[in-house]
Amino acid sequence: MDITMPLMILVIPLCMFLVLGLFGNKMSHKVAGWLGTLGMGTALVLAYTTAFNYFFSGSELFVNAAGERLQYAVFDYTWLEFTENLVIKLGFLLDPISAMMLVVITTISFMVHLYSLGYMHGEKGFQRYYAFLSLFSFSMLGLVVATNIFQMYIFWELVGASSYLLIGFYYTKPSAVSASKKAFIVTRFADFGFLIGILILSFYSSTFDFVTMTSNPESVFASTQGAMFMGGSVLTWGLVLIFMGGMGKSAMMPLHIWLPDAMEGPTPVSALIHAATMVVAGVFLVARMFPVYICQESASALEIITVVGALTALYAAIVACTQIDIKRVLAFSTISQIAFMVVSLGVARPEFHEGLGYMASMFHLFTHAMFKALLFLGAGALIHAVHSNDYTSMGGLRKYMPITHITFLIGCLAIAGIPPFAGFFSKDEILTAAFNNSPMWGIWMTAVAGLTAFYMFRLYYRIFWWNNPDYGHHTPHDGPWTMSLPLIILATISCVAGFIPFGEFVTWNRETYHIHLDWTVATTSIVVAVCAIALATVMYRKENTIPTKMKNAMKGLWTAAYNRFYFDELYIFITHKIIFNLVSRPIAWFDRHIIDGTMDSFATMTNYASEKIKGLQSGSVQQYVWVYLLGALLLAGVMIVCVI
Amino acid sequence: MFCCGVYGFITRRNMIAILISLELMLNAVDINFVVFNRFLYPEAMEGMFFTLFAIAIAAAETALAIAIIINLFRVAKNIDVEDVNDMKF
Repeated sequence: MDITMPLMILVIPLCMFLVLGLFGNKMSHKVAGWLGTLGMGTALVLAYTTAFNYFFSGSELFVNAAGERLQYAVFDYTWLEFTENLVIKLGFLLDPISAMMLVVITTISFMVHLYSLGYMHGEKGFQRYYAFLSLFSFSMLGLVVATNIFQMYIFWELVGASSYLLIGFYYTKPSAVSASKKAFIVTRFADFGFLIGILILSFYSSTFDFVTMTSNPESVFASTQGAMFMGGSVLTWGLVLIFMGGMGKSAMMPLHIWLPDAMEGPTPVSALIHAATMVVAGVFLVARMFPVYICQESASALEIITVVGALTALYAAIVACTQIDIKRVLAFSTISQIAFMVVSLGVARPEFHEGLGYMASMFHLFTHAMFKALLFLGAGALIHAVHSNDYTSMGGLRKYMPITHITFLIGCLAIAGIPPFAGFFSKDEILTAAFNNSPMWGIWMTAVAGLTAFYMFRLYYRIFWWNNPDYGHHTPHDGPWTMSLPLIILATISCVAGFIPFGEFVTWNRETYHIHLDWTVATTSIVVAVCAIALATVMYRKENTIPTKMKNAMKGLWTAAYNRFYFDELYIFITHKIIFNLVSRPIAWFDRHIIDGTMDSFATMTNYASEKIKGLQSGSVQQYVWVYLLGALLLAGVMIVCVI
Repeated sequence: MFCCGVYGFITRRNMIAILISLELMLNAVDINFVVFNRFLYPEAMEGMFFTLFAIAIAAAETALAIAIIINLFRVAKNIDVEDVNDMKF
């Protein structure tokens, strides 16, 4: 085995994008769909093989001379060589987290490809949809295997662009168009911070390479010693700015506003991009740079990350309790769960429990990708059946859609953290890590976990129980097998993924960590989750008036949460009132009146002058002769006068 | 003779007539050259030679002008100088 095989994981989706993008219109829907799915299936098999070879040292590529597994298996190719120091490489980096991400991305992407065969059946632009899916898969895979921060930035933007294309898939719908623009602009704004962060870090370390940066950060960043800027060390600033890029992609407060709107895209896209893969890019980025984050100089960066994550987790969980659109509930739940991962990274320190938080974060990333994709695909099946996004038009669906019901329930149990489902194990590790850092974060995150259980079961009961509305002659039913099969597979994974000995594979210092449940934390979180579920059961199992009463009792809070605490309005206020009026208007006035005005007046003057003198060009030869003759006589007269 | 040429050039409307007036002016200048040469500087020959050159060039110039006028006539069916003003501004 050589590097061609891992490389094919990237090449196949790229080829699929080119083939489907260029020749898709010549193919029938069926051919295009299956071609994309088969391509992704091949990439899936290759990714599994590569990950297996990597983790179990099955290939000579990934072991050193002594036969031990390499920490980083790097395959580099020099792309641009500007100067001795400024060299940009492209390459393929395999380490535990990128191998894990390869598995996650190809799995979810394959499920979504398969699912879309049923969900998108007969849609206009079916081939385009599959081309974009392949493009996204390619960019995301490229992002996780990037060997240097510059390559990552390239794929980071590609991911953003393909996300923009897929959110705006229904480009005839104005809301989808504005949602895609919003997503692109907000993440682009965050990437500006990311770019500055890259520049700061590479300026001080004179390298882009992840391996060089992370293997010995204390000496690589030695030149930042003592360099301060506005009360923080330069390294902290660089890392915080890099995290700002991550905040944009991972929808952390206050840059989260694009994610709920991104639900305008087709539901499988939400499952792939806005639940499982792209939105965890920020978490992945911090994890990739983790050894730099924990050096002495930059410890406060992790504290900032913790605070941002904790606030976002609570905020998103509260908002999720009030939303009506089921995809929006899931979107806010995604924000909240990603915030869990971020907090987990933020509280991780090598001195606590061997940096447990890092492992927990990656573990949660893995399990969350599975069960959240499951929930989104389930929501897609519901929307497909009921033709509405709001749970108010659902209810009592458990009888009509048994497969969706069971799989959705498994997803809810997993996210609520009920053993033995996947979410319990990873969330428990996160809570343990948080308690290790400080009891305050531990209690905070446990409370958010309780809220999670509550809003997920609120959603579940409202969809599948509550009342039995009359669906008329159009009875909802489960989707075709292409839609049900991914649900069943993902539900199975969500049931068993918790038992993966994750600590054996992924830890921050590559040393094996044995997962052991901390029973005090585990019991507390189970009790909280069960209480929350019980509360949701009481409130939403049968149609009743308790929710309305509670809503009226906390009118102010409810309205604020329903309107997402007015974040969008705040952004509108800042952009429209402040930036547009105070900055853009004067600049526009200056451009229109001063710069354009000068140029315009030049043109007007020339025009006016030529208008005046064009009468001289009469075209009559004899008139010219008269003028000439008189001129000659005049000159002659002048000369004669002069001579005399 | 020169003044006759100028007068004809300005007043005639027909291009052939203008051309003839032009020739008249040229010839007037030629005669002037010859005469001034003969009476003022009898020992020099420049005026004579200059006249010979002018005659040769005038012949070529006339041929060119006639060609232009014929082409113009083909296009405009008219050689009246007042009417040929399509090229102005």
